[in-house]
Amino acid sequence: MARDTPAGDLRLANLTKTFGAFTAVDSLNLTIPQGSFFALLGASGCGKTTTLRMVAGLERPTSGQVLLGDRDIARLRPHKRPVNTVFQSYALFPHLDIFENVAFGPRRRGIRAVDEQVRQMLSLVQLDGYGRRRPAQLSGGQQQRVALARALINQPQVLLLDEPLGALDLKLRRQMQIELKRIQTEVGITFVHVTHDQEEAMTMADTVAVMNAGRIEQLGPPAEIYEFPATAFVANFLGQSNLIAGDVFGRSGSDLLVTAHGARFSVPAGRSRTDHGPVFVGVRPEKLHLADTAVQVPAGRQHLEGTVTDASYVGVSTQYLLRTGWGSELSVFVANSGAQQRFAVGDRAVAYWDPRHAFLLGRRADEEDRTIPVLDEPIGASS
Amino acid sequence: MSVRISRWLAEHWVLGVALLVLGYLFLPIGVVAGLSFNRPSSRLSYDFNEFTLDNWRNPCATSDMCDAVLRSVQIGFLATVVATVLGTLMAFALARHRFRGRSGLNVLIFLPMATPELVLGTSLLALFVSGGVPLGFWTIVIAHVMFCVSFVVVTVKARLSGMDGRLEEAAMDLYASEWQTFRRITLPLVLPGIVAAALLAFSLSFDDFIVTNFNSGTTVTFPMYVWGAAQRGIPPQVNVIGTAMFAVALLLVLATSLRGRRARRAAIAPAPRQVGGRP
Repeated sequence: MARDTPAGDLRLANLTKTFGAFTAVDSLNLTIPQGSFFALLGASGCGKTTTLRMVAGLERPTSGQVLLGDRDIARLRPHKRPVNTVFQSYALFPHLDIFENVAFGPRRRGIRAVDEQVRQMLSLVQLDGYGRRRPAQLSGGQQQRVALARALINQPQVLLLDEPLGALDLKLRRQMQIELKRIQTEVGITFVHVTHDQEEAMTMADTVAVMNAGRIEQLGPPAEIYEFPATAFVANFLGQSNLIAGDVFGRSGSDLLVTAHGARFSVPAGRSRTDHGPVFVGVRPEKLHLADTAVQVPAGRQHLEGTVTDASYVGVSTQYLLRTGWGSELSVFVANSGAQQRFAVGDRAVAYWDPRHAFLLGRRADEEDRTIPVLDEPIGASS
Repeated sequence: MSVRISRWLAEHWVLGVALLVLGYLFLPIGVVAGLSFNRPSSRLSYDFNEFTLDNWRNPCATSDMCDAVLRSVQIGFLATVVATVLGTLMAFALARHRFRGRSGLNVLIFLPMATPELVLGTSLLALFVSGGVPLGFWTIVIAHVMFCVSFVVVTVKARLSGMDGRLEEAAMDLYASEWQTFRRITLPLVLPGIVAAALLAFSLSFDDFIVTNFNSGTTVTFPMYVWGAAQRGIPPQVNVIGTAMFAVALLLVLATSLRGRRARRAAIAPAPRQVGGRP
């Protein structure tokens, strides 16, 4: 059924969902190309799950369209949509065995001979021979794969995954991330993956949309979003950033000139989201390097002086906090490559960076520096 | 030596207490079962006189008793069917829908269970009499439905609220219509609760005496027959009926637990080969 109709991109047009006075999803516009692995990333309560449920048909949109190709499916009942979901809790039917769980979709669509198909699916998720077991007899990771097989067997045009790895422990999650990516490549179905785990989104998805308060803050390939975030929210939700409050005061060639706390910096215009007024100069902690004195800073780099207030050794890197002259604390991650000297708490140090690695974001006039203390491991630190 | 004894006691006293409690529970049933094989020396004697199978061969020797049993079974069946259907529907409404007066209804449901049966019986009698309803078979059924519904609602609701609502969403997501979802997912998962509720309703109805006594008119149910017979000497066939009821209940329980165990074993039996870990 799903294969007969010409598939197409999944498009959300002005999709809105309100619960009473609360707007969960705020006129969302989004195009998800056919065959892509798309991640909706956001904190809990940002509207990502509501969006997913509207695509699945489990939630009725207040207004707007859900288009699959040229067809608006926003008002179809869930069982009429060529869309399947892998639920967060897996929602395997406890009274049916694994075989019947996987065969549930085909049987409802009137397909009699399901044996071969179910066997292939179970083998795709590496659960050959588990058909006669009950869901309760399987481990979390195995249940997760059954949920995946149960959805994939229907060959939907779009597969929705609602925090599918949330209940698994870290090691299994890594394994399943790779597994999911492999399966997606193998079957070529559009995957829409909802998660609050930035690392999960970046590992698997071709395109990531960062959602906040019912809206999409930024959309793009993971590396692009990470390297050049569009807003302060994105800069600190996806990894962390040192955001220094400043003001644009001029232009020099292709660079914008900024003053911040009495110091002057420049940022390439191509890495700026605004060219006037109050701004944040943003630098990722791993793009900052440390030196003893300003003299040692290589040419063409910009620098700030400060005092080391914290040094955490985390194996692959050492994470420093550097208190600047005006009191803000910058995060600096220095790779433990052996070439770097170590700094102790209380040492004076100079943090420097290549201006091409900085980025410029718009800022409300009353906003101060935003430097998030190290709460979580940085992207890639533990892999 | 004494250390060994005290250790033995420490390890086994729980078992001893458990056996005593079990004995306490089953002694009366054992007496009833034993008396069902008794040939009493006189009408008013309950001593074990002589072993006989006559009572089991002719359970209906006293014909009005068998009529009473049959009537009780009919009433129990009707009351169970009506109460189970109504109660299940109510349980679904209370567990699944938000509506005005829902919390109030939740409390009201408990009232018939908390009210003394005497009060229920007399107030129902007053209602029937003032309404000009002739007392008999049907007033008993109505009365039994009334107090059984609450038990059904509570039992089914407990089962329903323990059920993950996402299962139904998952079924609909997998191309099941509303009816198919109910038939394939909701009903099979709630069925144990409904069956338990029906069994409970039947046993409540079958041995109810107080409410029935007020609203029966000239109709005689089995508990009322036993009550009446107790004045003149209980025929030993009453023990046959009691023992048979117990045996049926025991068989039902055994059959369900056996079936559950077999299903579990069947599910585990075919040991799948372990799949090598892929990267």
